[in-house]
Amino acid sequence: MSDKQDIHWLCRPETIKLLWIVGIIILVICVSLEFLIHPHPYFGVDGWFGFNAWFGFGSCAVMVIFAKVLGIFLKRKDTYYDD
Amino acid sequence: MMINSALPPGLILILGSLFLPALIGNARKTLMLLLPVLTMYMIWAVPDGVQLSVHFLDYTLEPLQGDKLSRLFATIFTLMAFVGGIFALNQKSDIELMSAYAYAGGAVGVAMAGDLLTVFVFWEFMAVASTLVIWSARTKESYAASMRYIIVHLFGGVILMIGIIGQVYASGSIEFGAMKADSWWTWLILAGFLINAGAPPFSAWLPDAYPSASWSGSVFLSAFTTKTAVYVLIRSFPGETVLIYVGLYMVFYGIIYALLENDMRRILAYSIINQVGFMVTGIGIGTEMALNGAAAHAFAHIIYKALLLMSAGAVIHAINKHKCTDLGGLYKAMPLTMICGTIGALAISGFPLTSGFTTKTMIAGAAADQHLATVWFLLEAASAGVFLHAGIKFPWFVFFQRAPGYVEREFSAKPKDPPFNMKLAMVIFAVLCIGLGVYPEPLYALLPYTVDYVAYTGTHVVHMLELLLFAGFAFFVLLKMMKRTLTITLDFDWFYRKFFNLLHEEFVIKHGGAAFQAFKNSSQKRINAFIKHVFKHHGPEGVLARTWPTGSMVLWVAVLLGVYLLIYYV
Repeated sequence: MSDKQDIHWLCRPETIKLLWIVGIIILVICVSLEFLIHPHPYFGVDGWFGFNAWFGFGSCAVMVIFAKVLGIFLKRKDTYYDD
Repeated sequence: MMINSALPPGLILILGSLFLPALIGNARKTLMLLLPVLTMYMIWAVPDGVQLSVHFLDYTLEPLQGDKLSRLFATIFTLMAFVGGIFALNQKSDIELMSAYAYAGGAVGVAMAGDLLTVFVFWEFMAVASTLVIWSARTKESYAASMRYIIVHLFGGVILMIGIIGQVYASGSIEFGAMKADSWWTWLILAGFLINAGAPPFSAWLPDAYPSASWSGSVFLSAFTTKTAVYVLIRSFPGETVLIYVGLYMVFYGIIYALLENDMRRILAYSIINQVGFMVTGIGIGTEMALNGAAAHAFAHIIYKALLLMSAGAVIHAINKHKCTDLGGLYKAMPLTMICGTIGALAISGFPLTSGFTTKTMIAGAAADQHLATVWFLLEAASAGVFLHAGIKFPWFVFFQRAPGYVEREFSAKPKDPPFNMKLAMVIFAVLCIGLGVYPEPLYALLPYTVDYVAYTGTHVVHMLELLLFAGFAFFVLLKMMKRTLTITLDFDWFYRKFFNLLHEEFVIKHGGAAFQAFKNSSQKRINAFIKHVFKHHGPEGVLARTWPTGSMVLWVAVLLGVYLLIYYV
């Protein structure tokens, strides 16, 4: 967006930067909460430290990339069926 | 005081809905609110067991039976009709309101039916009523989509009917109970049910039809068809292993297609398939905990999905825009819609303190208990994916994404929160989303089996938070790759919307042109000759059409009687 002063506070670059920082702090706190719990893993891998964190991030990245690749073949203009 | 009534509660909604178009103003609104309340009362007046049996041909129909599973689904369908009714109070199309209520009545009818024939009748009734709901948006797209929708559902109905006939022929009974997919007819019944659940390959009907309905129509549509399919699957095919694979496919199909989608209601439609996939997987696992999970998830899902579609409906009601590329920055102009939509989005993702957390996690828990490692890992990945494709994507692209004032500037639209009744409906469902998340015990008490599951353990909460927050992190890191484009994504419906047309053009019109013309000419000649022949004998001057003298009539009667006498004696 432009650097006009009447810009909504939520859209100012400094707010967005702050949101990123706060977000990352929350992520760190969330992972460190694992020290407080006593997980009982079912399959081994899911007991590794921070399993849900990297598994969540990784599977989302894979899904986004897979969708992107599939889109190359299956995407059409949204007037495709209109004839 | 309990009234032991023999009237199937679904019929109250169906018969009552017929009066809706005859009423106007407050009288109609009163009836809209009264019908679901009355239905709900009747549902809870039905004791366990078969309550009504009617002899029909050689069979005994059982149109009304009660047990915990039936009551659970009938209750949520009726609650949906009630709150959906509040949302739709100022919908002007009386045909839509009538069909939506009749549609809900059909769903309640299926949920309380005790035999296959009754299930089938209400099932097909729902197909017709829901088509009318789509149709009554009265746009060119909605008409075309409703026709494609009814064709798929009638096809599914025929498959189901053949299956039912086979089942009745083989077993001699029309009882509707647990079966195994071990013969062609039970496979056909399963296929018929799955088509309504949005299973592959016929899943495109859902994202094709639902988003073309009106702002209130798609709220009703989201609730009934797929969830009655879940109900009949829980009752008839618990523990059918193939359902695990079908369900997992649906889960990921929903996520991938929703990620590629631009229309906000189509995003939500794909995510219905995704969510029903979780339930179908649970039914496939088939343990008491998994079936409880599927049923509870269906209950919670109807509420938050309707809430999401209500917030989308409120946006359409206000500015009549539905593409992500046209939306954004609405959080300032429509704050309540944004808050309710976000609560629905958090609930669908299964955030702690929402209804998704207390219900959906039961299914993954059941997979872990059965040591189904692959299923469990895929369900975990899918839970992260739900947050990605619906939990953040929907609120982000609709309400945030751009600075406030975008739609005002681009389309000179004036977005604002919807009228009071629509806000009330959204708030009721938003409160329920959080209520069932904080205090799920009343829902657990309604489930078909005793619940031995504690959602709120430290491990569950921390793991779910990690999974979801990092999925959210992935969303914003990869945001550039998610930029919306003015596109659709091809699906199986391409075959019946494009491919067959191309075949027809290629072979019948282009290459087959001369032969087709010759065939047409010769058939036309034959038909003309036939008409001429008929005219000669039966026309005004024809032998068989002339007025005959009475004498010859008497003569012929005498001959006939003579022949009759002869035959009688011989």
